[in-house]
Amino acid sequence: MSAAAPPVIEIRGLAKSFGANKVLDGVDLSVARGESLVVIGGSGSGKSVLLRLVLGLEIPDRGEVVLHGTPADARLRARFMQDFGMLFQSGALFDSLPVWRNVGFRLLREMPAAKARERAIASLSRVGLGPEVADRMPADLSGGMRKRVALARAIATDPAVLFFDEPTAGLDPQRATAISQLIRGIVSQTGATAVTITHDMRSVRTIADRVALLDSGRIRWQGPVQAPAGGLDSDPDPVLRAFVEGRPLDAAP
Amino acid sequence: MSALRIFLRPADGIRAVGRATLALVGLVGAVAIFAARAGAAPGYAPRPLLEQLLRIGWLSLPVVGLTALFTGAALALQIDAGGQRFQAEDVVPAIVAIGMLRELGPVLGGLMVAARVASSIAAEIGSMRVTEQIDALVTLSTDPMGWLVTPRLWASVLALPLLVGVGDVIGIMGGWLVGTTTLGFTSQAYLANSWAYLESWDVVSGLIKGAVFGAIIALSGCWFGMRASRGAVGVGRATTNAVVAASVGILASNFILTSMFFT
Ligand SMILES: Nc1ncnc2c1ncn2[C@@H]1O[C@H](COP(=O)(O)OP(=O)(O)O)[C@@H](O)[C@H]1O
Ligand SMILES: [Mg+2]
Repeated sequence: MSAAAPPVIEIRGLAKSFGANKVLDGVDLSVARGESLVVIGGSGSGKSVLLRLVLGLEIPDRGEVVLHGTPADARLRARFMQDFGMLFQSGALFDSLPVWRNVGFRLLREMPAAKARERAIASLSRVGLGPEVADRMPADLSGGMRKRVALARAIATDPAVLFFDEPTAGLDPQRATAISQLIRGIVSQTGATAVTITHDMRSVRTIADRVALLDSGRIRWQGPVQAPAGGLDSDPDPVLRAFVEGRPLDAAP
Repeated sequence: MSALRIFLRPADGIRAVGRATLALVGLVGAVAIFAARAGAAPGYAPRPLLEQLLRIGWLSLPVVGLTALFTGAALALQIDAGGQRFQAEDVVPAIVAIGMLRELGPVLGGLMVAARVASSIAAEIGSMRVTEQIDALVTLSTDPMGWLVTPRLWASVLALPLLVGVGDVIGIMGGWLVGTTTLGFTSQAYLANSWAYLESWDVVSGLIKGAVFGAIIALSGCWFGMRASRGAVGVGRATTNAVVAASVGILASNFILTSMFFT
């Protein structure tokens, strides 16, 4: 990670409202190459909207997203998208395609079907799913399985930049740990950059190099997980403490 | 009240008309761009086109056939009843044929397919929209227009003239059934009379109408599906709007085409 390289993602003053609902109100955040950033925040705080804005799926009211040092327009996004992998909170699997065609969606354009299927099955095994699910339809899977299939789709081509929206939601604790470790491993071993959204404090500790807390439309706090002082576990910020310790937010002063 | 205001405060009225006109022009422009992008989107593949042809064309045959059959039969009865008033009952076969080919075959066939297909396209694409599958396509570097809209548009443009053609034949047969069983025509006389006054333009104009209606049906379904708002309610609304827009679009464009072709 060279100091001169621009951040992979730089978010400047991003604001987004839906009607009267002001969701984001000036978010500034940057993600360095090879870094694993985890965004935490209460539900409905706009975490998913933030990812969708970065990916160009929503248009911001104000502010901009800078990718690799260049303000992102549609053309630039289309180019970088080739090297992005996204796990949607809902999974967003294609109902009309069997599991392996979902996972191999991108691969199918780059290689013969038999090869793509092989790679898709390999990607499924990384998320702990066997080859027997390959020919099932998404509608026939449990919620947790669908989430893992969607994860397998996001990582199938080993993208350089990964976005995970609640990758462990709906999984049992063992499975959640395995998936957190998988994400950690991808970032550590391949040098990929990852932005992960999660509520699950255990997976935050496994996945994150750095944590950002989204609250009231802004990044309220950001910092490393561990630090002598001022890290996730020691910073006195009341909203952060309430979130990390799982106390009700209104208990904060 | 607002109509009254136009007289009391003319400037307001003119402004309102101006705004409405601009909105309409904007909408027409947006739909035109949507259609052009769908038509020109890369990623043509024969397989999705065939799937959609099957779904839009083949599976619509029964409903289009039945509609044509009953329409042709009723038309024969009406024309016979009307023709009796000036002793012109023997024009029944020719008028049934011309009426079916030029107007009723394409319009009623188009409306039936609109009910079936515009709704199902809007529901399908709308639910893909609300479950973020359209967004997932974008993140997988796939143009949703090319992937979803283009095959449906071309399949519909190809299928509708074929359906109209089949409907035309069945509609004429409906007239023939009534003509030979209750109106006293011999089978041979009925068919000969149907043929005798037909021009190829009667057939071709109807098929062209079919192709235009096919485009309207697919574009309505895709347009409202792509714009479905969140939740099951959004999908339901998209479905209803698609059918209404397609139906009105078919009737309005039919009037325009008829006045272009036959005046
Ligand atoms: N497309 C949309 N239209 C209207 N409101 C939306 C839309 N997307 C998100 N919202 C609203 O924005 C807020 C933040 O949503 P979201 O980012 O999904 O929250 P979370 O932090 O739980 O991921 C919510 O109040 C949600 O209702
Ligand atoms: Mg969310």
